[in-house]
Amino acid sequence: MSIKKTLVVIGNGMVGQHFLVNLVNNPIKEDYNIITFCEEPRAAYDRVHLSAFFSGKTAEDLSLVEPGFFEQHGITIYMGDKAAKICRDSKTVTSEKGHSIRYDKLVLATGSFPFVPPVPGHDRAQCLVYRTIEDLEAMQAAAKTGKVGVVVGGGLLGLEAANALKDLGLQTHVVEFAPRLMAVQLDDAGGAMLRTKIEALGVVVHTGKNTSLITDGEQCVNKMCFADGEELETDIVLFSAGIRPRDDIARDCALEVGPRGGIVINNQCQTSDPNIYAIGECALWNGMIYGLVAPGYAMARTVVADLAGNEASFTGADMSTKLKLMGVDVASIGDAHAKTPGALVYTYQNGDTAVYKRLVVSQDKKQLLGAVLVGDASGYGTLLQYCLNGIQLPENPDALILPSRSDESVGLGPDALPVSAQICSCYDVTKGEICKAIDAGCTSLDGLKSETKAATGCGGCAALLKSVLNSELAKQGYEVNTDLCEHFAYTRQDLYTLIRVEQIKTFADLLARYGKGKGCEICKPTVGSILASCWNDYILKTEHTPLQDTNDTYLANMQKDGTYSIVPRIAGGEISPDMLIALGQVGKKYKLYTKITGGQRVDLFGARVDQLPPIWKELIDAGFESGHAYGKSLRTVKSCVGSTWCRYGVDDSVGLAIELENRYKGLRSPHKIKFAVSGCTRECAEAQGKDVGIIATENGWNLYVCGNGGMKPRHADLFATGLDKATLIQYIDRFLSFYVRSADRLQRTSVWMENMEGGLDYLKSVVIEDKLGLCEQLEQQMQTVIDTYQCEWKTTIEDESKLKRFRHFVNSEQTDDNVVFVEERGQIRPADEQERKHFKLVEVA
Amino acid sequence: MSTWQSVCQLGDLQPDSGVCVLVSGLQIALFYMPQESTVYAISNYDPIGQANVLSRGIIGDIKGQPVVASPLYKQHFNLITGVCLEDETITLPVHPVRIEHGCVQISVKE
Repeated sequence: MSIKKTLVVIGNGMVGQHFLVNLVNNPIKEDYNIITFCEEPRAAYDRVHLSAFFSGKTAEDLSLVEPGFFEQHGITIYMGDKAAKICRDSKTVTSEKGHSIRYDKLVLATGSFPFVPPVPGHDRAQCLVYRTIEDLEAMQAAAKTGKVGVVVGGGLLGLEAANALKDLGLQTHVVEFAPRLMAVQLDDAGGAMLRTKIEALGVVVHTGKNTSLITDGEQCVNKMCFADGEELETDIVLFSAGIRPRDDIARDCALEVGPRGGIVINNQCQTSDPNIYAIGECALWNGMIYGLVAPGYAMARTVVADLAGNEASFTGADMSTKLKLMGVDVASIGDAHAKTPGALVYTYQNGDTAVYKRLVVSQDKKQLLGAVLVGDASGYGTLLQYCLNGIQLPENPDALILPSRSDESVGLGPDALPVSAQICSCYDVTKGEICKAIDAGCTSLDGLKSETKAATGCGGCAALLKSVLNSELAKQGYEVNTDLCEHFAYTRQDLYTLIRVEQIKTFADLLARYGKGKGCEICKPTVGSILASCWNDYILKTEHTPLQDTNDTYLANMQKDGTYSIVPRIAGGEISPDMLIALGQVGKKYKLYTKITGGQRVDLFGARVDQLPPIWKELIDAGFESGHAYGKSLRTVKSCVGSTWCRYGVDDSVGLAIELENRYKGLRSPHKIKFAVSGCTRECAEAQGKDVGIIATENGWNLYVCGNGGMKPRHADLFATGLDKATLIQYIDRFLSFYVRSADRLQRTSVWMENMEGGLDYLKSVVIEDKLGLCEQLEQQMQTVIDTYQCEWKTTIEDESKLKRFRHFVNSEQTDDNVVFVEERGQIRPADEQERKHFKLVEVA
Repeated sequence: MSTWQSVCQLGDLQPDSGVCVLVSGLQIALFYMPQESTVYAISNYDPIGQANVLSRGIIGDIKGQPVVASPLYKQHFNLITGVCLEDETITLPVHPVRIEHGCVQISVKE
């Protein structure tokens, strides 16, 4: 048995963690005891999306470490303990807390620190940086008392930080030393367009400004003085003027560092000591520090390969980037500044929509050298592929940036990409690897993401990934079959449109015109649901009854023994003692098992089909109405008690919940829909786990969408903030109508939104900005449903002919002898098979 | 030996849907497809879900065979042969049906 060697990793940031994940997936891990030092109080998290912390994401949401990762792989992590010293002679690392570890191999992933210009006053109160979650917490604390915030630095990170200040509700300024924003990535015109867009959002941009002093302010905590004599009062100063490699631990043990910092590495990412590697932002390769995550990940993979004895080298990285800064798309590819000799430049500028695009092309017009996109980065994927793979450009390269006004597509089809083309740069996934996964049976976008990890980093390649998938499936002869079932060669969305546009009112009519055969348990309920969403007829009309699932047919929920459960509506979970007593009396009289549901209602179990009408007669007489628990429809609007009673309540959550539940009750939809309203950010109603969640704040209602519990829980996304009630309801009307119109059968809002090209941003553009010009129609459709609401149970018990169906036998008054109950904890439950045979049964008459 | 028994009136059936009748102690689901003037009779007991519920399932056709889908776990049963499409080892009793003067009659083997 060989004795294991020891591998120490200093730093558990994004790159350090990526290294560990790659290492444990490689058999070489068996050779090592793995130990890592993490200076911060928490393990690796997503620094790229740090500003999401202010739009509702928690530190846990940002975490990059799967629960149990370290334990599962036997990795020792010293959390909150900084590695302080390396002794290369004894090959030991010593930490601040006094751990001393002997290593065989050492990996430095110490990252970088934010550069703070040595301006006098830079260390005053509320002069902050933007790097860690602790920094964010300091910003949050400072923003509570402050009104104005200034970011020093108009680069990528600076604008991201400005977005964070803006989200915190501060009047936000950006101060940049260079004459334009994003000086590294953009040219003058691109920078100017970005400036216009950002200023339109209320952020003030100051370029060409050199800060000379920070001192006491008069209205604010601080005052910034600039070299040109101007001044700017601000409460918070946030430095984001670039990064510097954290190389002090390497300097102290005499590893080679660059003249301006950075631990020098070779192509295998080895430092001047072959047993020590450096990766990520602390490493200097070929005179370059890479301040992006993708090159750091590539270095991490190189080291794993090198440890495993495989040939691998890091030979630089593409610095192309695409991101959304304050909602503005910005992308830069390759030689954006046209520094290549002889390079030709094509520019497209649209002052109306504030779009700027620039192509840099080789002298012979055959190769794309670089590009800049501001305001519309939809062409990024295609252009990047041209650039990285040296694909020959079309005859008129400008066609790639001119808006296409015809249906002719100038995009690069996925077939034109070589197998070596890198589709996902975050996880280095090539088209070849994607095709291999598809060949192995991975034929859904979700499956492909979890199998290859493609599109799970920054997500920029999701659209391209989807087009590769579709093209490969088509090539392999898989027809991408989106037919609803064998009876309709249409998707649910198609059928919805046909029914609405052609005013189709029955299944028989739709089947005659657009289907074949008799239908089945897939298409019938789907069409039944669409008809109900569009026309809101009584669902047990003779022509609609056969379409309904059994729960809808009997307006109750079938349980395992064929009996039903009953859930009356208790809007917002508010119920008077008298109503509660009435409910109890019905439960007692019919000997039903009663249980409180998760949606703040009462479920009554064990009703035979013939008992449903008399039970409902009593419930309706007591003032109840149908709770639609049996339908794919609006279920409940859960609420906390809100400002009426609660010491912390900010607004009347119960009142709003009742109003919303009564507004949307009875709405038939592709799947069930749940709401919740919380009266303050303590969030007792768990609104962020719902399809529609609303939280009261001092500034109005915050709206969250597309969350759910269940098998695959999903946190809802923040959709809009500080809304008044009228706007809130308008957005929800539109959101629900759009969901009903465009979702697949049995698709919950979360999956619907995730599969939507453009995702949450697109959804916002449709619902808030009315990008499709649909909003009026969506609101009208919702109003129709609201105006035609009826309690289905009231209609049913008033119609003798409908009641005939509520019998177990049409030719006998007997009941189903297979339904037997036994007692448990003082209530009934269905007997199991053994009990039926051996125990004394309590027959319920 | 089998005999025809009157079990209910045609008007007791639900078009394109099911009802259940009690015949000699047996629970039988009747499905009525008015366009074909056809009534199918199949056992009401779902052997997979172990409950008397098939009459409450949705009917239709799969690859041309008339079927009912169990309301519990959605397995399909051929209305003519009683065979379960998802598990051919399971076959439900089926019974001949006829309509005489508006009366539904079933032939049950004694």
